[in-house]
Amino acid sequence: MMDPQRLKYTREHEWVGLESPGVALIGITDYAQDQLGDVVYLALPEPGGRVVRLQKFGEVESVKSVSDLFSPVNGEVLAVNQALRDHPELVNQDPLGEGWLLRVRLANATELNTLMSKAEYERFLHREGG
Amino acid sequence: MPELLRTSLYDAHKKLGAKMVDFHGWEMPLHYPAGILAEHRAVRNACGLFDVSHMGRIALRGQGAAALLDLLFTGEIDDLPLGKARYGFLCNEKGGIIDDVVVLSLAPQAFLLVCNAASWDRALGWVQQWSPRFEPVEIVPGREETAMIALQGPAAAERLETLAPGLSTSLPPFAVTSEVVAGLLVTVARTGYTGEDGFEFILGAKEGPDLWRALLKEGAAPCGLGARDTLRLEAGFRLHGQDMDEDTTPLEAALGRFVRMEKVFVGVEALREQKRAGLSRRLVGFTLEGHDIPRAGYAVRAEGQEIGRVTSGTFSPTLQRGIGLAYAPPRHAEPGTRIIVDIRGRDAPGKVVALPFYRRKQGESSLASL
Repeated sequence: MMDPQRLKYTREHEWVGLESPGVALIGITDYAQDQLGDVVYLALPEPGGRVVRLQKFGEVESVKSVSDLFSPVNGEVLAVNQALRDHPELVNQDPLGEGWLLRVRLANATELNTLMSKAEYERFLHREGG
Repeated sequence: MPELLRTSLYDAHKKLGAKMVDFHGWEMPLHYPAGILAEHRAVRNACGLFDVSHMGRIALRGQGAAALLDLLFTGEIDDLPLGKARYGFLCNEKGGIIDDVVVLSLAPQAFLLVCNAASWDRALGWVQQWSPRFEPVEIVPGREETAMIALQGPAAAERLETLAPGLSTSLPPFAVTSEVVAGLLVTVARTGYTGEDGFEFILGAKEGPDLWRALLKEGAAPCGLGARDTLRLEAGFRLHGQDMDEDTTPLEAALGRFVRMEKVFVGVEALREQKRAGLSRRLVGFTLEGHDIPRAGYAVRAEGQEIGRVTSGTFSPTLQRGIGLAYAPPRHAEPGTRIIVDIRGRDAPGKVVALPFYRRKQGESSLASL
């Protein structure tokens, strides 16, 4: 599991965390998976595709609803979490770890500084009434 | 936001860690920590427990009770034996469905109507509106005063054995009786809304938590409204307010088998006329290929034309694919008809299938056994 303290967060409830210089993992937060309930399918981009900051890159379907996924950063998709194809429930069970969605090469690593820290994200959730 | 109503099991739900939601003015469990899929599987494979105290209940008593019900209910009341339950509709003069209800015949001239939470006010008003000409008849709305709990699943009868020995053997599908269960006097019906064998219990609100605890102790899994919805949809059960309403007739909802067309009841003339003229649309079930999941409101197309909208749609945990209900013109309503569902701008191919999507292996589903 990624260290939650070292991740950056968005208002759309995604997280992004540096795995190695210039390479980051993207996922959804524990709050997001709890709101969605049981995840049954994820539509994700193909490796080689691009993700654009604040733009939709996929969809997550739970039993109850469907939600768009928004990228926290600009970058190129290096890998998609293949385990989610047969085990979408990993997103519920371990959203910051085994349930990661994409591995991306960051176009600009300094973008991470514009996102919320864990403490800021928690304050944001609190304000939202979460 | 107006204050939400709470059932007598509210504290029990919170203690179990339920995620609560506003369901038509009631604060109800959507799911417990196990989640909708696990709860769904518990009911299909073993046994689940639901708080359904939000369902509307209307008691009808007095010399005019049977005649009043006979005029308003699409099913036969005259031949409904004591200790039996029957599913049917309350229709308006146009044949539109005010509510779908289960009538329990409890004693001579004493009936209980179980209605939907969302249409309870309307159903109650409707019964009251027609009652003056059937005096004496007493109409007693009962909801907060009683609790209603459903035990559902292939293991339901077995789980009940310790708490009420012999009850399941003496209570066939759609029978109703008064019985002591776990030391509490309870009205028990062999009914449900999941497509599995099961029981529904009505008892004093204060005693509700005691029965709930006793059934949990027997190993029933607590289940919320989320699983209730996926289970009922797999079983092909329509939900009033979503799959049918006052602008929909039982014939259009493909539930004509619960209507006695030769009987006199409010709405029968409109239904006879609709049957003569032919239906312009009919409810169908459909499945989608691939991973797409239909949701209520999505457009359905056939031969390039929009033919209707999805009224209920979900991921079927049993079939592992998207399933849904929609209204379609009769020529597109036959099983096997190819359809397209517009999934947020993407075409998802599927086909019309016969209902239900899921039928339990032994015996018939409870509604079909009527």
